[in-house]
Amino acid sequence: MFAIKVENLRKRFGNVVAVSNVSFSVEKGEVFGFLGPNGAGKTTTIRMLTGILTPDVGKVVIEGINLRENQIRAKMKMGVVPETGNVYIDLTAKQNLYLAGRFYGLPKNILEKKSEELLSTLGLHERRNDFVRTFSKGMKQRISIACAIIHNPQILFLDEPTEGLDVQSRRLILDIITDLNKKGSTIFLTTHNIEEANRLCERVCIINKGEIVAIDRPEKLRGTFDKTQSIEVSFDRSVNSDLFTSGFISKIEMYGDKLRLYTNDPDKTVKHIVALAEKKDLRIISMTICGASLEEAFVRLTGGEK
Amino acid sequence: MKHSVFLRGVIVTAEKNIRIYYNKAPVIIFGLLFPLFMFFAFYMGRKIDVSVFFPGFLAMALFFTASSVGPLITPWEKQAGTYERLLSFPVSINTIILGDVLAGALFGLIITSIAMTVAVFFLEIAVNNLILLAITIILGSLCFASLGVLLASPSVRSPSHIMMFSSLIRFPLIFISGVFIPLTELQGGGRILSYISPLTYLVDLFNASLTGTSVFFPVLDIFALILFTCGFLFIANRFHKRNLMKGL
Repeated sequence: MFAIKVENLRKRFGNVVAVSNVSFSVEKGEVFGFLGPNGAGKTTTIRMLTGILTPDVGKVVIEGINLRENQIRAKMKMGVVPETGNVYIDLTAKQNLYLAGRFYGLPKNILEKKSEELLSTLGLHERRNDFVRTFSKGMKQRISIACAIIHNPQILFLDEPTEGLDVQSRRLILDIITDLNKKGSTIFLTTHNIEEANRLCERVCIINKGEIVAIDRPEKLRGTFDKTQSIEVSFDRSVNSDLFTSGFISKIEMYGDKLRLYTNDPDKTVKHIVALAEKKDLRIISMTICGASLEEAFVRLTGGEK
Repeated sequence: MKHSVFLRGVIVTAEKNIRIYYNKAPVIIFGLLFPLFMFFAFYMGRKIDVSVFFPGFLAMALFFTASSVGPLITPWEKQAGTYERLLSFPVSINTIILGDVLAGALFGLIITSIAMTVAVFFLEIAVNNLILLAITIILGSLCFASLGVLLASPSVRSPSHIMMFSSLIRFPLIFISGVFIPLTELQGGGRILSYISPLTYLVDLFNASLTGTSVFFPVLDIFALILFTCGFLFIANRFHKRNLMKGL
């Protein structure tokens, strides 16, 4: 049985078609990434999947429940971390968790136990009685996630959960997501952080201009574009990229203090770099051969690179 | 099961509103201070019988208090970014609307009950029919809390815009509803206008329960207030649904 099944979803705002004919399914226990550039239709789709927005056409089934026919029952199965879903800053951390838990009908003893447990896991136990208005962005996001998982949802929807967070908060949140998934929850993650999707997701769906352009495992998507490889090299001093121009190098880019050379023939390119370095008396600090990345697949699929 | 989840959603939403919005400045200014200042402005230094005008004052207090919470909630939540979170919980738009109405109605009910108690003990205001008075306060609270929620439905992100808009709607009503001029003295156009104001029926019901005299039959007043409440809720539902995503 699928955790999420979506059929021909369509949503229009005025003359703009935000989402068109979106269909996919997510298996139980899967971490599913939903990727796309800004304005691609990610948030509109997640809002339709979580019952916040009603689709013009199409069907959403959550754990076997038709969302349109039985919205409340379907919502009870899910936890949602909305993109703009701030927590209540006029309530304390604990009050926010209690509020969320009470909406899901948790009994008081379980609510008490669960909120204590979550606040400790999230490193906020000492601040549990402080008003959220005094919290940093990362701390607020941790509370937001705690509110979404207080009832142990079968499916967790996260819309850009680590956007704009510090490294510690981001790592903590990613660990929580991984941990929840290990316990059996299905994770639906929208992000434009390719690295995050690559690290967490078993499958990714790429959406662009409201339409799905690819659904596959990250490695398979990378493989689609594996023909072009790149070599990243850094020297002990700055060099002009024109120096390496050659017939078998399709493109050269500067990446900080490194040069990235795109080629279909890595062997020839490496020998070419070494020979030039020898000739120009350049010391090679580092050199890495990279395959096509998921980011490259994403950029190509979404038309970011012509 | 379904009804219990719905009821729980309404109660939790109302509790959340009580915790967060009762002490917000616009609620205190428009819900508490304003009717009090209006009372002082009208009655202080004038030789008038307080007991004659008290039903009107009580209706005005209930009108302002009950309708002051509702207009604030949705714009405030949209501005703070909490509205989407609220919608993601197992609630429907009706749950949210009724939770907002309940919070507004309780505010009106509590403040008006306090004002009534003070009046009975310190101003020696007599109560002619206690049951009718209780029904009037409950019904009036629900009616004007529903009006408050309806006033919150236009799609604006700033609460101050809604507070201005709601004042624009609420203020004229107090001048055509028998608060300052008794209903029996309203003539011509003023009298006709008073019929379309829900506040008129509340003033009349307070007159019936406190002094035993009223322009309409109390049953008719009750019926009118129920009708207005249903109408406000129905229109609020439509507008809130239509403007759900605006300002998110």
